[in-house]
Amino acid sequence: MRKLIIATLLAGGAFMATTATLNAADVTQYIPLPTYRVGAYASSGELWWAGERDYFRYINEVEGGIDGVKLNYEEFETEWSPDRTVEVYERVKAGKDGSPIAFFFTHGTPATYALLEKAAADKIPLIDPAGGRTESIDGRVFPYAFPLLFSYYSQASTGINYIASKVGGFEKLKGLKIATVYHDSAYGRATQPAVELLAKKYGFENIQIPVADPGNEQSPQWRQIHELKPDWVFLRTWGVSTVVGIKTAARFGFPADHIIGDVWAGSESDVIPAGKAAIGYSALAPYPGGADFEIHKRLKKFILDAGKSDLRDQKYFGAVNYNVGLVNAALAVEALRTGYKKFGARPLDGEEGRWAFEHLTIDENRLKEIGFVGLLQPIQITPLDHEGGGAARIQSWDGQKWVLQTDWIKADHEALRPLIEQQAAAYAKEHGITPRTPDTETN
Amino acid sequence: MSEIELRLTGGIGEGVSTRKLTGIAVAALVVSLPFLATEYWINAIIVPFLILSLAGVGLNLLTGYAGQLSLGAGAFMMVGAYATFAFQLRLPELPLPFALIASGIVAGAVGFAFGFPSTRIKGFYLIVSTLAAQFFFEWLFLKFPWFYNGDPSATISLPAGLWAFGIDLNSPHGRYYLTLASVALLTWLSYNLVRSQTGRNWMAIRDMDTAAAVIGVPILRAKLQAFAVSSFILGIAGALWAFGYLGSASVQSFGLTRSYQILFIIIIGGMGTIRGAYLGAAFVSLLPLALDWLFQQLLGGHADAGLLQNIQKVIFGILILWFLIKEPEGLARLLRRQSGNFNTRRFPRLKIRRQT
Amino acid sequence: MNMFLETLIGGLLAGTMYSLVAIGFVLIYKASGVFNYAQGSMLLFAALTFVSLTDQGVPVLVALVITIVVLALMAVGIERLILRPLVNRGPMTLFMATLGLAYIVEGTAQGLMGSQVKALDLGIEDLPIFLGDIMISQFDLTAAAVALILVVALSLLFNKTRLGVALRGVADDTSAALSIGIDINRIWQIVWTIAGLVGLVAGLLWGARQGVQFSLSLVVLKALPVLIIGGFTSITGAIIGGLVVGAAESLGETYIGPFLGGGITPWFAYALALAFLFIRPAGLFGEQKIERV
Repeated sequence: MRKLIIATLLAGGAFMATTATLNAADVTQYIPLPTYRVGAYASSGELWWAGERDYFRYINEVEGGIDGVKLNYEEFETEWSPDRTVEVYERVKAGKDGSPIAFFFTHGTPATYALLEKAAADKIPLIDPAGGRTESIDGRVFPYAFPLLFSYYSQASTGINYIASKVGGFEKLKGLKIATVYHDSAYGRATQPAVELLAKKYGFENIQIPVADPGNEQSPQWRQIHELKPDWVFLRTWGVSTVVGIKTAARFGFPADHIIGDVWAGSESDVIPAGKAAIGYSALAPYPGGADFEIHKRLKKFILDAGKSDLRDQKYFGAVNYNVGLVNAALAVEALRTGYKKFGARPLDGEEGRWAFEHLTIDENRLKEIGFVGLLQPIQITPLDHEGGGAARIQSWDGQKWVLQTDWIKADHEALRPLIEQQAAAYAKEHGITPRTPDTETN
Repeated sequence: MSEIELRLTGGIGEGVSTRKLTGIAVAALVVSLPFLATEYWINAIIVPFLILSLAGVGLNLLTGYAGQLSLGAGAFMMVGAYATFAFQLRLPELPLPFALIASGIVAGAVGFAFGFPSTRIKGFYLIVSTLAAQFFFEWLFLKFPWFYNGDPSATISLPAGLWAFGIDLNSPHGRYYLTLASVALLTWLSYNLVRSQTGRNWMAIRDMDTAAAVIGVPILRAKLQAFAVSSFILGIAGALWAFGYLGSASVQSFGLTRSYQILFIIIIGGMGTIRGAYLGAAFVSLLPLALDWLFQQLLGGHADAGLLQNIQKVIFGILILWFLIKEPEGLARLLRRQSGNFNTRRFPRLKIRRQT
Repeated sequence: MNMFLETLIGGLLAGTMYSLVAIGFVLIYKASGVFNYAQGSMLLFAALTFVSLTDQGVPVLVALVITIVVLALMAVGIERLILRPLVNRGPMTLFMATLGLAYIVEGTAQGLMGSQVKALDLGIEDLPIFLGDIMISQFDLTAAAVALILVVALSLLFNKTRLGVALRGVADDTSAALSIGIDINRIWQIVWTIAGLVGLVAGLLWGARQGVQFSLSLVVLKALPVLIIGGFTSITGAIIGGLVVGAAESLGETYIGPFLGGGITPWFAYALALAFLFIRPAGLFGEQKIERV
């Protein structure tokens, strides 16, 4: 044992020596994936990585890579800790086997925050769909941050828009009480400025109730809800606090069909443990659940039935978190494809990766080709708009599965944009950044 | 690189004749390290290793030397990081090194306050006080925007980056030297402190407090001193962790898992030794890398990634138990025995040996 | 006033859930002098084993028996591999050993049984019922009843059986118990098994509430203040301590929380426990053995 321990220490030294000696055989694009398969959030992570890996594998093995360039993806465990994600980032930022990295998936909002400045200095795009720092939508100040798809402000706005459609129009929002029950963290608070703005605009009463982490006892919060009698509850929890929130709501007699969950409170693992209490509960779905989309047919045929899936249990095929992985992987693949068209089919570096993401367009036609109609919204990213989507569908839990209620509901971008620009400008001032003017750039 | 660090710390307290020579050689190596190692090793392994070692030294003063168990190492690191942020933001005239010292003092004061229950209770009941600190500060620094200057993400990062007296320390080399200088200085201070009367008082309390009281050790004062000094060092380590290593930090960076990590460092490295903190930190930083590498070699990436991660966790737990059972004095003792220093072998309960 | 009563009663009932967790600690602490940090992980492990079995279609009773056997084997392993080699070491060392044990148990549980959240339906309706104007949770009432049954069963075990006498002997004076020929290792194995069972009960109740998942292991952090307040050596103390913590958290969040921005539950119980440590270091029902300076 003693020798083993010393050997372990020495192995660390040996490790350094071996990392440098690998040589490139094929042309591959290196994609590091910081993941969490251990700890409190592993339940969502496990399926997420399965979705990403299955899609990458499909691209590599069925489509022969992107324009012939295969993807070389590699996982690193982080336990959802931003510190460990930073370590992974440092480890991989120089690339591997001759391939630079074109972008870095952070797989978590806190990690995006921790890396924001490092990545800007290293010129590596940070990709954090439906998360990230909201004001980094403004690519003039944040050239290397991409909170793709569905920012936190869009989440708030889409939620309010859906409520408006349920109550019969925006004018009916006046005088309503809308309570946000949120995980007391940066993630949980991220929608507050947007809800405040919308409350002023539409005249509803904005109630904010925090739940401390981990949130496995929420009676005081829901007793407060019971007293205040809000018309709707916007549930912005994460992990176990969602299950307990839904169950405690039932216990205090608050109807589940008046609770709207956030993106990260809307997966199977959030509702199945809540049992009957979750029937009728709705959630924002930029990543709808279900295995009936075209891409699922292809994956079933070429990956699952071929025994190549990363899923431990095939009953989770088409689960929300699995689809999160699929959509994120598809966004990355389409961005790389855009980049290869411009720079040639070879591994891209961070600056080229930025160009690729800033010119990523996925229209209805393209969605059809890649089999993502209904699963992914049309995307158009520009240097000014690093979100590029900003819509979600609404899905409701019927006790067995998620049922889609609506088509894509757009967030109120006109109302939100000034808020975003104002905060981006404040960030630029604080950090001495001169916003770039993309219009005058040649590429 | 790890071996180099081991030798540096291993040098302390060993044979006198070779000590100076190896000392100079090692110092030269450590100073020129950034030019020998890749940026990845500096940024991702060596800088965090040094900071964790420093945190280990800090906790070891309290737990290893003075015998007061603490599960709040993360909390005191957090206080140091947020204090540094506050000083740099609101008192930009104060140069960074002074801001670090001032933050250390703030953390020390907080440690002093949370050490007060130790004057009434002892043993592992103290973990209540230190856990209270852990949860209270996690809440405090998240709840009140003043502490993170109203940033919507509740994270802190130095507004002007790392500068000391006009020198730009933002590069990997700059951060390495800043960390190295702070860690070396504080380690040297701690090393002298534990060999002074204060250190002897702490060990007397740890080994038998009634006896210590009989021979005239001022128990209350010594305990509070230990809390304050330990938190001072942890505070600076926390600031370095936030700004020297991560670049930005939130309360999450200093959660309960961080506290455990620091505790494991001193268990594995060796309670009541300065160099144990370095050995433990090296072990904790390198073990996951080594296991990763080993699994890659053995299985070639074909195993279930989730299972591998859980196996790592189990191995870690087993190692902790193994050390507690077989080698309570940790790697420090293990390596010394290994190096063939026979005259100090096998007096496991002899307290005097713990002095270095 | 109704609001106050409702908050208080809700808090007290929620507190019994904490008590259930704390009882496991008390058993182990009494018999082997260990503050078992791994109790939370054992709770997770027990509940996860049971649910994984029933998910595979194993009948409930069989699953229960298998789980109990697994827990007993685990207790024997812990006693052989950890407690025996660490005998006569300080409480701090033992505590840290249980930290290591927690890593092993968590890693094993998630490695073997996966990390997906598993639903657990005990068939207890969780709709509110009303006593006058005061709303009470059926589920919490059931949990309180279970806690009561458990306490009665345990006290019968300790007071009416030979095993109980031996156990109390060990708890009161280990060396005396040894000298009259009590097999202390066997006692430890039994107590750790019983603590595992208590963990299973607590794990199932908590699991029914929030799904069987990793965060079950975090309830250990709620148990510590309960033990400080109630005392480490008394089951009654664990019950009372749980009630106090439950009520204090509930009232604190409702009446003090708003002045501090809310979300104060994680540290409020600890602050209360600290206050207790100053006033009454042995806890409400603990033996006056705690070392004072």
